[in-house]
Amino acid sequence: MSEHRRRRRRALGGAFAAVCAASTLLGLLALGLLIGDVLLDGASQLDTDFLTRYASRVPEQAGVRAALAGSAWVVGLTALVSFPISVGAAVWLEEYAPDRWTTRALRTNVANLAGVPSIVYGILGLAVFVRALGLGHSVLSGALTLALLVMPILVLTTQEAIRAVPSTLREAAYALGATRWQVVSRQVLPAAAPGILTGTILALSRAVGETAPLILVGAVGFVAFSPSGPLDSFTVLPVQIFGWITRPQPEFRALAAAGIIVLLTLLLLANSAAILLRDRHSARNAR
Amino acid sequence: MTTAYDIAHGEEGPVLETRGLSVFYGEKQAVRDVTFSVPRGTVVALIGPSGCGKSTLLRCFNRMNDLLPDSRVEGEVRFRGTDLYAPSVDPVEVRRRVGMVFQEPNPFPRSIYDNVAFGPRINGFRGDLDALVEASLRRAGLWAEVGDRLGDSALKLSGGQQQRLCIARTLAVEPEVVLMDEPASALDPIASQRVEELVYELKREYTIVIVTHNMQQAARISDYTAFLYLGELIEYGPTDAIFTNPREGSTEAYMTGRFG
Repeated sequence: MSEHRRRRRRALGGAFAAVCAASTLLGLLALGLLIGDVLLDGASQLDTDFLTRYASRVPEQAGVRAALAGSAWVVGLTALVSFPISVGAAVWLEEYAPDRWTTRALRTNVANLAGVPSIVYGILGLAVFVRALGLGHSVLSGALTLALLVMPILVLTTQEAIRAVPSTLREAAYALGATRWQVVSRQVLPAAAPGILTGTILALSRAVGETAPLILVGAVGFVAFSPSGPLDSFTVLPVQIFGWITRPQPEFRALAAAGIIVLLTLLLLANSAAILLRDRHSARNAR
Repeated sequence: MTTAYDIAHGEEGPVLETRGLSVFYGEKQAVRDVTFSVPRGTVVALIGPSGCGKSTLLRCFNRMNDLLPDSRVEGEVRFRGTDLYAPSVDPVEVRRRVGMVFQEPNPFPRSIYDNVAFGPRINGFRGDLDALVEASLRRAGLWAEVGDRLGDSALKLSGGQQQRLCIARTLAVEPEVVLMDEPASALDPIASQRVEELVYELKREYTIVIVTHNMQQAARISDYTAFLYLGELIEYGPTDAIFTNPREGSTEAYMTGRFG
């Protein structure tokens, strides 16, 4: 190969690496600007009172207590509903379902559902839970809507976690005379548990950040009390933030920024927990 | 056709027996019309080049082939005279009586104790589990090495120890037959030799069918040897006879390393 061509190849490789690095930096820069801007706007509003005060028409007295409680209620119920159903569905699809075209169509459609825009789930929730079932603009309607939203994601991540369990483990259990149920419950699910939990945390953290479907099912921007039951009306953090941002007064913009900081902190905490869980699992599996 | 020798079965008859056995994976036929029998209390080695159907044949004896979605079995497989593929037979029950050790050591990611106790537990064992675990580990020649650290993860053991743990785990279910699919091939020479010695000891109590690629190993540990080629059973008889004076040209060619 000629010296010229060699030099050209090296230059091309270098250019490609530079473009990739620039893309990464661009993403980081955008994130940095966003966080910096939000911190500048919101840090002054952020104190423990902000977390314990309810919404108010007076910006100095407003807080996210109702939104935090609402988010906790909604996500808690969402988890309660979506987790068992999703794990059940994933176990059936991976371990029991016969390999027919119907099953394959089902698998593909679960993946498709995971790609449906969240607003569509909001409309579905409004029609089915709020109106048809008469649950009203309640925590339960919101939680069920979000459950619909996260279930496809949960099924997919659980399927992946189950598929990652080595088949030698299943064979070993079967060869000892285990029934299918014993293989699944005593070997496959425990081995897949860290992956399933990681996926659950990530899916639920997506639910925490959802705004549009909850606005549709009736989460409101101004709630002066925490829900005390699943049929109470509610708000959640992103809807509260949205409510503040749409107000004209600059004080409310600062409140919105402070709300964003709270929401981002929660999401980062959840994601770190997921990463920790995954790392601990892989460290334990490495000999 | 198989070149067969006289096999002495004693009064109880063969433990395992196949008649006209064929196994298909989808369109592909992996085992062709195999008829042979395994006498009680012996070690039978299945030898032959890769892809000759040895492992497939082995997996018919505990119905592990059932787990593969496209597999289909024709002909008969008998265990103590019972047709293993009769509709009334529960494959789970078959696997409780016919144990299996795999090529790669595959301990559960649990403690040493839990690995051995898993089989008895799922099979509803009532009795002294500690004693059973100890006895199984002793029979697998592993007790001296792990007796004082049963709570340790099985994944911390060496490959050879893991394989002997898998053997102990199989013995804990108290099977009548132990199937072994190249149990020593993934191990270093010393660990491999220990597993081989173990097989030799176990044959006093169990009937063993072992798939192996290692001719010396087959010659050392087995009483009978079956040579398979392209899914067919070419020759089956006493190991001495097969190794010193094979009747079929292809058997001799394989054993002397001319193909395989």
